[in-house]
Amino acid sequence: MSSKYNVFNLIRQGLQGHTGWQAQWREPELKSTYDAVIIGGGAHGLATAYYLAKNHGMTNIAVLEKGWIGGGNSGRNTTIIRSNYLYDASAAIYNHALKLWTTLGRDLNYNIMMSHRGVLNLAHDEGEARTLKRRVEANRLNGVDSEWLDAKQVKEFCPPISIDEDMRYPVIGGTLQRSGGVNRHDAVVWGLARAADALGVDIIQQCEVTSIRTDAGEVTGLETTKGSVKTPKIGSVAAGHSTIIADMVDVPLPIESHPLQALVSEPLKPLIPCVVMSNAVHVYVSQSDKGELVIGAGIDPYVSYTQRGSFDIIEHQMASLMELFPIFSRLRMMRQWGGIVDVSPDASPIISKTKVKGFYINAGWGTGGWKATPGSGHVFADLVANDTPNAIAAPFSLERFVTGDLVAEHGAAAVAH
Amino acid sequence: MFVIDCPWCGERDMSEFSCGGEAHIARPEGSEQMNDEEWAQFVFIRKNSKGRYAERWNHAAGCRRWFNLLRNTATDQILAVYKMGDAEPNVSTEEPVTPSGEAPIGSGNDAVKLMKPGEAL
Repeated sequence: MSSKYNVFNLIRQGLQGHTGWQAQWREPELKSTYDAVIIGGGAHGLATAYYLAKNHGMTNIAVLEKGWIGGGNSGRNTTIIRSNYLYDASAAIYNHALKLWTTLGRDLNYNIMMSHRGVLNLAHDEGEARTLKRRVEANRLNGVDSEWLDAKQVKEFCPPISIDEDMRYPVIGGTLQRSGGVNRHDAVVWGLARAADALGVDIIQQCEVTSIRTDAGEVTGLETTKGSVKTPKIGSVAAGHSTIIADMVDVPLPIESHPLQALVSEPLKPLIPCVVMSNAVHVYVSQSDKGELVIGAGIDPYVSYTQRGSFDIIEHQMASLMELFPIFSRLRMMRQWGGIVDVSPDASPIISKTKVKGFYINAGWGTGGWKATPGSGHVFADLVANDTPNAIAAPFSLERFVTGDLVAEHGAAAVAH
Repeated sequence: MFVIDCPWCGERDMSEFSCGGEAHIARPEGSEQMNDEEWAQFVFIRKNSKGRYAERWNHAAGCRRWFNLLRNTATDQILAVYKMGDAEPNVSTEEPVTPSGEAPIGSGNDAVKLMKPGEAL
């Protein structure tokens, strides 16, 4: 790794005309043998590799990425961090992640621009208000900070919101998780890559896995577009392409891949002080440090691997934004994009061993994977290293679709999936 | 976004339709004999293929009738529209060259182009 980033180094480099900075990670050749291979160089995959090397001493490992790191959903999300999920299992994993987020910048020696600015979830009718209040109590029991605000308090916390009672879906209150917020997705990816690389992890980009070799139900290696690799352990963290990787070892998955779109507006002066999410009106919005509004909503309804999505979804998103924030009526949108999200039937992730020994799967994060990044990597690394899921990961096994022990977060996850 | 050729109404915008998911999943016979694993297979497991994919659509804001649609999920190209109960038509399509590969046209993924235009299929 290039030297530690601090103010003294910055001054020294400044005096040398910034000619001495080194690349943040190497570009190694693919080796023929690894102790473990992680498929997918997004934030979850890199976090897995980072924790495998840091906490489990597995440094002879590789992260294989078909494009470039962070070019998939890690670069296409709306960077919202929160942990106000209803069920114990979900609260445990998302809160685990939230705790890791708070120190991740320091741990990685990389400014991930973590901003705990608070996440508001709005209620628009009595039924929704009751559900959200129940969630506040469930959150508190699980040690997740959460509070109920009435409409006036919502307006005080986030002034641009319209709480006009004549609206079709008036804001009657909302929940607030003050520890929630946003961060900078590229910085997280780069910080994790730099730290993992420094510990000896090989990050191989432009390297697609084309098949996986097994012998008597055990993983023995894999074939890639850059050559073949021998390895006893493979962790698949391929998001939208999880089914395609799992199909290589005949592990059926209950996952469907859908496009999820987001878009950003032209930059504005600081205006929205927090993250605002609305389930009934169905839009979520925050303001980036550049001043752009970052806006997201629901998935496209059909299975697709095209990173585009359809126009009517965006139209609906904009209509919802207008409903909540009439002041944005003349705002122009700058960019729109789509990512392929791996949606599981119960809107909860799958962090699991499979019937193939040495093949582990981390998938099904659907529309809400970003907030879990360090937690997901942390518990998945534990699973890959020890071959047994820890207490946080255990409820998210693939087995639950057979036993029926689902973690059904559909309505509970604040924004309908 | 795509235009769907409803078998009864003709070409209409996709926003008039609702997607009913994977087609040709028949409720298994003798379900009282089925174990949990077989139920999981029927209820939850989906093909989720990249490439040729058969799915059900309903013309919700039109004739409100169901039909099947064959589409390439790597490009969103619609290959065939056929009626419920009909067998999947045998239409060929350009499948990704590598399992996770992107097609030269229509993938929407400009960041990861593993298959270049003009490259042999």
